[in-house]
Amino acid sequence: MTIVEPVTTKTKNQQKSLRIAKLVPLLVVTAGAIIVVVLTYTLPPFRNYQLATIGAYLCVTAGLTVLTGLNGQLSLGHGALMATGAYTLAIWQNKFDLLLPGIVLAVLVTTVAGAVIGLAAARLRGPYLAGLTLAVAVVVPSITSTFDRTFNSDQGLSVALEPPPGTIPVEQWQAWICWAGALLTVLVLAYLVGGRFGRDLRAVRDDETAAKLAGVGVARTQIMAFVVSAACAGLSGALFAVLSQSVSPGAFPLSLSLFLVMAIVIGGLGRLTGALIGAVLLVVLPSAAQSIAEKAGSQHLEGNLALTFFGVVLVLVMLAAPGGLASWKARRKLPTQKG
Amino acid sequence: MSLQSCQGWWRGGRTGKRTATVLAALLLAAGCSNGNSNSGGSSSNTPGVTDNSILIGSHQPLTGPAAAGYSEIAPATKAYFDYVNANGGIHGRKITYKYLDDGYNPANTQQVVRQLVLQDKVFAILNGLGTPTHTGVLDFLKTNRVPDLFVASGSRTWNQPDKYPGTFGFNPDYTVEGKILAAYVKQTYAGKKVCFLGQDDDFGRDSLAGVEKVLGPVAAKQTYVVTNPNVGPQMGAFKAAACDVVILASIPGFTALSIGTAAKIGFKPQFVVSNVGSDPRTLTKTLGAAAPLLEGVVAAGYLPLDTDESNPWIQLYKKVNTQYNGNAAFDNNVVYGMSVGYLFVQALQAAGKDLTRDKLTAAVQKGGFTGPGLVPTRFSAQDHSGYAGEQITKLVGGKATWVGTPYTTDDADGAVTAYTGAAATPPQNGIPTAQ
Amino acid sequence: MDRFLYLTFDGLSRGAVYSAFALALVLIWRAARIVNFAQGAMAVATAYAGYSVADATGSYWLGFVVAITGGLVLGAVVERVVMRFVDRSSPLNGVVVALGLVLIIQGVLGMIYGNEYRPAPAPFSRDAFEIGGVALLSRYDLFVFAAVGAVVVLLTLLFTRTSTGLRMRAAAFAPDVSRLLGVPVGGMLTLGWALAAAVGSLAGMLVVPTELGLHPNAMDLLFISAFTAAVLGGLDSPVGAVAGGLLVGLLLAYVGGYLGATVAPMAVLILLVVVLLGRPDGLFGKAKARTA
Repeated sequence: MTIVEPVTTKTKNQQKSLRIAKLVPLLVVTAGAIIVVVLTYTLPPFRNYQLATIGAYLCVTAGLTVLTGLNGQLSLGHGALMATGAYTLAIWQNKFDLLLPGIVLAVLVTTVAGAVIGLAAARLRGPYLAGLTLAVAVVVPSITSTFDRTFNSDQGLSVALEPPPGTIPVEQWQAWICWAGALLTVLVLAYLVGGRFGRDLRAVRDDETAAKLAGVGVARTQIMAFVVSAACAGLSGALFAVLSQSVSPGAFPLSLSLFLVMAIVIGGLGRLTGALIGAVLLVVLPSAAQSIAEKAGSQHLEGNLALTFFGVVLVLVMLAAPGGLASWKARRKLPTQKG
Repeated sequence: MSLQSCQGWWRGGRTGKRTATVLAALLLAAGCSNGNSNSGGSSSNTPGVTDNSILIGSHQPLTGPAAAGYSEIAPATKAYFDYVNANGGIHGRKITYKYLDDGYNPANTQQVVRQLVLQDKVFAILNGLGTPTHTGVLDFLKTNRVPDLFVASGSRTWNQPDKYPGTFGFNPDYTVEGKILAAYVKQTYAGKKVCFLGQDDDFGRDSLAGVEKVLGPVAAKQTYVVTNPNVGPQMGAFKAAACDVVILASIPGFTALSIGTAAKIGFKPQFVVSNVGSDPRTLTKTLGAAAPLLEGVVAAGYLPLDTDESNPWIQLYKKVNTQYNGNAAFDNNVVYGMSVGYLFVQALQAAGKDLTRDKLTAAVQKGGFTGPGLVPTRFSAQDHSGYAGEQITKLVGGKATWVGTPYTTDDADGAVTAYTGAAATPPQNGIPTAQ
Repeated sequence: MDRFLYLTFDGLSRGAVYSAFALALVLIWRAARIVNFAQGAMAVATAYAGYSVADATGSYWLGFVVAITGGLVLGAVVERVVMRFVDRSSPLNGVVVALGLVLIIQGVLGMIYGNEYRPAPAPFSRDAFEIGGVALLSRYDLFVFAAVGAVVVLLTLLFTRTSTGLRMRAAAFAPDVSRLLGVPVGGMLTLGWALAAAVGSLAGMLVVPTELGLHPNAMDLLFISAFTAAVLGGLDSPVGAVAGGLLVGLLLAYVGGYLGATVAPMAVLILLVVVLLGRPDGLFGKAKARTA
């Protein structure tokens, strides 16, 4: 009998800490919301627009880092999923002009698309999965040309939008919408990943056979991971449609999917703070590179400088600090070959 | 799930140091970009205008599939502005022309135009190039009340005075051009099979509408998208349909591609090309060794030809080109760019010394500008379209030569009528005076 | 009927280029267990070098040779300086590093040459012969077949009949044992990369004259089609690469010709899904041949 009591006391303390721990995501998200609102009132319009863009990117980088970082599936097709969400919203808005249902619909449609791809991809590993998602990334924009009556080919569609209520400036309104979506995404993902789903993801990534033996449904987990990240991508795409008030295939090229991968890697795979860093980089780096290029005064440099910079950072981070990849260091086998 | 992993999740663990470094770098970068915000000052709340300067912006395809030829336009316009600035500017203000690359990608146009309007605070947008690209920024420019002058495209979308009161065209409408080209085909190739290849957007659609108004439905029609540089299937389909005449509503790269691909499969119809895709020097450069294929190609124009040495406008432009454009290759794109610059300067003169955005749009709307065009512009309160018509050209010996007289027509079912007005000559010093 | 014939030869011609490129990818996969996502960018860089030399000296063939040699050098450099140091615990690391290389190469090319489309003339006429009134092949198509065929034959001979080829295969298949037997494993790896990059450069030089022009992104589509072809055929199998390349080329030609240019990529995606669903390691891939 005496053995039981000390154990109970410890458990009670542990339970209290666990309860606080469960609130951490909610606290962080609330703090984030306050920071964002304060920023939107103090920043000039163009910065608010950039802030909104960061929020939109955060939705997709968060989902992608869960898929690739925690579950080990490399997807090169998330740009196409964003396009799915964006076009769904555009078509809905041009018919009905009701923003919130439109965004929900965009997320749903993209979730279905993600489920389809996830099902096809469940048996694929490594480069074969990369190849399939790459093909998806290339094909989806070409659908806009095949069904050009609905999607208007390369010219794209404009997105009908109500102006913001009252006298709120457009850019501020955009920032609020995008960050509402982003913070919601982060909150949901934090809770999902902190629970059993996250455990299953990591188990499948680290050792499929062991996971199977432990009773984790490998295919089911991988498809669910794809579905969750697709929903995030759909939300992100819908938000981009709101931001630029237009959708076109040129907004979702293959390089977007590649940039997303790069962003989550540099940020730190598998971590939501990493997703935030990646989202910030995606907006700030091209802007910084452009101002440097303007000072240098050459037309050739602008976009190319940003590209080179991205690439160098990516290679360096991957080579010097696979610590960022520590969350996906997979098989405990001997390395098959040294350099 | 343990407490530690939850905390680690949020604190970023071993990435903490790296996070700090990255964030520091970002702040630095943000600081750089912030300091660069080029507002151009403002006087009396008019963005982009000070007592001695005007800042205007544009989006242009300096790179990408449409850069062939089109990338020369904005530098030529800028060269003309430099010439005007060297002679004292307009009402004492020098013009700064900031044009950014959008790669003919509508998504980039969104970014670039927002930067020009929100960050650089330009006074107006001039000569935004491209039908698919510019269509996407119309609402944004209207919401921000930015004058959107002389769009480099012939889409009818720019001619909507009620919906977009600040937007004005420059090129003849593609429907107008389609009717004029079709009228020539009807006259010269009566009874032959006519086919049509157009860009898969408003450019191609408006052009086809004009062609079919005069010729009726074409025997075969195909489209192309700029992102897919293979027109083999389209040319193959035309060959299978045994077309005698192929009308092209295409940008220069794709005109060259179509002519080259057709030759490759042994298909040699009479090509009739839209003005925007027909500059001989650009096509010759793109076709390289296959340039002889261009012989006999029919096109149209509404500005003086670059090879017409006796034309006073060409002499003026060549002078400006040598002195202010680094003696760049002189072709029809340069002529176009400088003509746009000339018209803008005329509008600035007419707007007066007390310059505001509303005054500029009112000045353009008043119209009545005479310039290098073969036909007049149509600016009025009810019409925001640009030039009223074109004249047919034919490529002989690598040079374009005029055929017949200029024609004007409208977007609807009006007849194609010959224009008999006399051409204007440039002022003595090449800078327009207030009218 | 003649349209079908024309499309067949057009598809085979494109397919031959995809095969060559897919071979380059398979070579590196077999040697290093990495998919070289930078292959397209490397091929563009050498194509720029080749055409710069050709423009400067007036000789296409000199430029051609320079491009292939450049490929050898570039492949070796990339392996020694970058890929050697990639953490091998997950195959995804190499992919991400290669993507970074793509951005660097394309950015640098854009900075040096600009992003405009440079006309890239072909060494032979691209007008089709007429055989019985049907436009079939052009001289250039024949050149493409000959070049790719030569590459396939040479590589086969190299790997099956020479001792270097044997050493390369040993180094890839069983590196630890080979090291014990005195095979310079690192050197063989570098040689593998160099050869693969040279083959990729050849494919690049073959494809550029058929495009709108040479520009830093010119090989993106080629890489995608070739990667699809390699995956279709099985990344482990050179035979699969060639078969996959021809298959993709023909499919694109037929679908593009009969159904329209925009539907063609979709057909390839459908083919990929169908094949991978049934054989997740490709048509000719050995299922679970190696555990890396």
